[in-house]
Amino acid sequence: MTELTLPLTKEKVKELHAGDSVMLSGTILTARDCAHKRLAEYIKKGERLPFELKDAIIYYAGPCPAKPGAASGSCGPTTSARMDGYAPELLDLGLGGMIGKGEMSGEVAEALKRNTAVYFAAIGGAGALYGNAIKESRCIAFDDLLSEAVYRLEVENFPAVVAMDCHGGNIYAGKRKNV
Amino acid sequence: MRYIDTKEIERSVYGAAMRAGVNLTRSCRQALGAAYENEDEGAAKFALGELLKNSEIAKEKGMPVCQDTGMAVVMLEIGSDVCLVGKPIYEAVNDAVRAAYADGFFRKSVCDPITRKNTADNTPAAIHVEIVPGDKVAVTFMPKGFGSENMSALYMLKPAQGTDGIIDAIVETVKKAGSRPCPPVYVGVGIGGTFDGCAYLAKKALTRDIGTHSDRDDIAEIERQALKRINELHIGCQGFGGKITALGVSCEWAPTHIAGLPVAVNIQCHCVRCVKEVI
Repeated sequence: MTELTLPLTKEKVKELHAGDSVMLSGTILTARDCAHKRLAEYIKKGERLPFELKDAIIYYAGPCPAKPGAASGSCGPTTSARMDGYAPELLDLGLGGMIGKGEMSGEVAEALKRNTAVYFAAIGGAGALYGNAIKESRCIAFDDLLSEAVYRLEVENFPAVVAMDCHGGNIYAGKRKNV
Repeated sequence: MRYIDTKEIERSVYGAAMRAGVNLTRSCRQALGAAYENEDEGAAKFALGELLKNSEIAKEKGMPVCQDTGMAVVMLEIGSDVCLVGKPIYEAVNDAVRAAYADGFFRKSVCDPITRKNTADNTPAAIHVEIVPGDKVAVTFMPKGFGSENMSALYMLKPAQGTDGIIDAIVETVKKAGSRPCPPVYVGVGIGGTFDGCAYLAKKALTRDIGTHSDRDDIAEIERQALKRINELHIGCQGFGGKITALGVSCEWAPTHIAGLPVAVNIQCHCVRCVKEVI
């Protein structure tokens, strides 16, 4: 188990290998389907994004509403593959990495290598566990998208596994048997 | 004839929704515990351990066990000796869903299919009504997440493909889904009926407790064979590789046409949430 503080330096990213179990602490941003669609429109129009992308870690998630007094509602990862089309461009614009669940495409793997970035798999379905690891949550863009808005989260001891590293390592590759 | 005010059904659906959002079914918790015990050391076992912690935190804090609190699937078996009075039944169910998703701090995940505009209250529910003998109303509430729903499939097999074809279709669906539906999955299978009815049978199969088997020996054998072959895929928890890719396979069947063999495979993630009540 490796404890990591975000944001990650490129040197730190290079030390990570697919299959490593990690505990993340620091700042992450949520964005999922609709937020990515909007980001793509900003980029297409050449407009400045509503938040800083450089070295940020995007968490593919849409939380439940927080109960009064709680920092966040349940907030596990959503399926990353739906963001396959957006991730390479965002990585090329400085995104430091992503957290989600499930495999991502070969284009994403190339972009991770090219930009020394990392893709972590959070544990899908562990919504309460992750909601509990979130100590602060603030909506910073697209509030009309409700659970699909962009939230800045401060997390502590957020469990994840390195799924795709900057060396081409991929936890999802080569594990399966053909039956 | 027994008169039942739909307010009673509304109360039942509300209570079931509140409990279902937070708690895994008992059979699901047991199956995850057994999976953790049986899995080899590594990322998959680590993930299974975190999932067990997750269900405890959810219960303790009254938080949704998964943030995808789903589309609300409501199955009503209404006795033919029941006369419903009060507001229309669909309205009663949707009012219950609206209130539970607000009061439970559950995510509202229902939107227009084209504009993608969120309805903001998680209605409408997916409501299925069956008329059965008797004077009771059985309510089943199942929040259905879409990471797994998206990986489901329907096949119109040739009758000649038979049992082998059915098992191949089940295994192929899980294999294609890979890590995306949050394995270890629970697989609901519909066999027979029509195109639409077959998909409903698959959904209904998911309301059965994990580990139960069909009354029919030949169909129970399909369930066992399919589970065995799925676990030989070694997709493992979260796709991290490992021995446990599925917690169970349940099949429901109906007679079909001489020219067809519909098979529907409805994938459920490891967060099996289902509450049943009888009024």
